[in-house]
Amino acid sequence: MKFQGRAFKYGDNVNTDEILPARYLNSIDPEWLAGHCMEDIDADFVKEKKIGDMIVARKNFGCGSSREHAPIAIKAAGISCVIADSFARIFYRNAINIGLPIIECPGATGDIEKGDEVEIDLSQGTVKNLRTDRIFKFEPLPPFAQEIIASGGLMKYVMKKMGGAR
Amino acid sequence: MGMTITEKILAAHSGRSEVKPGQLINARIDFCLGNDITAPISIEEYEKAGATGVFDKSRIALVLDHFTPNKDIKSAQQCASVRRFARKHDITHFYDVGEMGIEHALLPELGLVLPGDCIVGADSHTCTYGALGAFATGVGSTDLAAAMITGEAWFKVPEQMKFVFNGHLKKWVGGKDLILYTIGRIGVDGALYRTMNFTGPAISSLPMDDRLAMCNMAIEAGAKNGIIEPDKITEAYIKPRAKRDYEMVKSDPDALYISTYEWDVSDLEPQVAFPHLPSHARPVSEAKEIRIDQAYIGSCTNGRLSDLEQAAGILKGRKVAKHVRCIVIPATQDVYRQAMKKGLLEIFLDAGCAISTPTCGPCLGGHMGILAEGERCIATSNRNFVGRMGHVKSEVYLSNAAVAAASAVTGSITHPEEVTR
Repeated sequence: MKFQGRAFKYGDNVNTDEILPARYLNSIDPEWLAGHCMEDIDADFVKEKKIGDMIVARKNFGCGSSREHAPIAIKAAGISCVIADSFARIFYRNAINIGLPIIECPGATGDIEKGDEVEIDLSQGTVKNLRTDRIFKFEPLPPFAQEIIASGGLMKYVMKKMGGAR
Repeated sequence: MGMTITEKILAAHSGRSEVKPGQLINARIDFCLGNDITAPISIEEYEKAGATGVFDKSRIALVLDHFTPNKDIKSAQQCASVRRFARKHDITHFYDVGEMGIEHALLPELGLVLPGDCIVGADSHTCTYGALGAFATGVGSTDLAAAMITGEAWFKVPEQMKFVFNGHLKKWVGGKDLILYTIGRIGVDGALYRTMNFTGPAISSLPMDDRLAMCNMAIEAGAKNGIIEPDKITEAYIKPRAKRDYEMVKSDPDALYISTYEWDVSDLEPQVAFPHLPSHARPVSEAKEIRIDQAYIGSCTNGRLSDLEQAAGILKGRKVAKHVRCIVIPATQDVYRQAMKKGLLEIFLDAGCAISTPTCGPCLGGHMGILAEGERCIATSNRNFVGRMGHVKSEVYLSNAAVAAASAVTGSITHPEEVTR
């Protein structure tokens, strides 16, 4: 699976309060959450982002609260994937569970700057920066996580296992 | 090869005699929980999946603690969905306004989470229960939905880190200072995906409230869980509370650790974490002339009785500085009641503090103490990220309750000794 998008670039320790401030946690409507995505770290994000764009950050992306509203907001904002050096563990779980592609690729995150066009090949495990023409390899998700994503998220995976899938 | 407490608990809950870091397991859980922020998504996922019942209605807690008593219509709608679900499924441990407390103070207090348990909660500070010798970790809403249906959760067995604290703590120094110091040393991703095992003489003598505060903030170093080996202090806390069997699991002497840190904490000063990361910890003596607009004493980290006692010890016979708001929020109804019986509430009132019913409230910038642009707060809570307590240009400094109370009295960040001597 291949996709291409424009990068929004951030640094280390982007936390869930920045991705989706708690003042908006009084709703679970994905569209409403998407309208406030990244608000406290980048007030222009919502105005500038287009469907298929990517978020690129350095280490420990998504640290802080367990709020699933954060990856939901990113996904509903039309972001195709998040590339980072590393992810905070609850964010990592949540992204897998809701089917938001996340990629750990420290080399690429140093190369990519804001506005760069980036091409991802999930099956090949490559990130290509079209500006610098550099290609970076990444480790695919563990098979267990891939199985969850292939099932369409954790709930469908669980219900299938329990024989109660609809 | 020997195993740590975490490894033993995960092995026992996945039907294995042994587990190793990196192994993916499906574990049976003893207890799971959600709150008014996270549970509404779990409920939606639960219903969308067409699930017909929960795995065990007595092993799920739903606590309406974040935006309660409801701050606006949207948060009231959220709570209403949780209330409906709790009623429909006859959830035994459903806590609403009036008996509700902040989840991570309430569940240990009620004896619902016990040594040897495997616990998941849709709240990052679920790691608090490691103080009781349980494996407890935060997950998201979808994970909670799956756990409520199956009574299981998947985990990657975490690598084990060991933190040995030697020496005796000075007055005014407690669990909050130890954990701020630790995060300051290893960074906000210093324990990413791993277990933090807290041990050593300073931990053996550490009271339960302090242990809870320490394990509470393991997540702020990125850890999957923080844990303290259960001992006499654990037993004394748990025995009168537990309503089911529990197991005091200990680490083997030959358990493997990926890294070990050993510190003498005898000279440790109270710590203050500067904006905008919990890892920006410094001794309070280095916080000079930092004026504050607000002091907040509460939260799942430091809203327990001993925290209020410390704060009252400083505020007794003194006044909150002019132009400073001091907000005290007992973490549970029982903490509130004890504070009343012990006369702490009167001390707070005399000093000019505002006292609130239990709520997470200002910690996450929900309500009950939001900061304006340019304002600064010293808080006993756990996070000081950009915009955490309000305006994106406000600042939060983290400390223990004594430092927050002393700072409320002087109007700038202050060592408790300066106020009391």
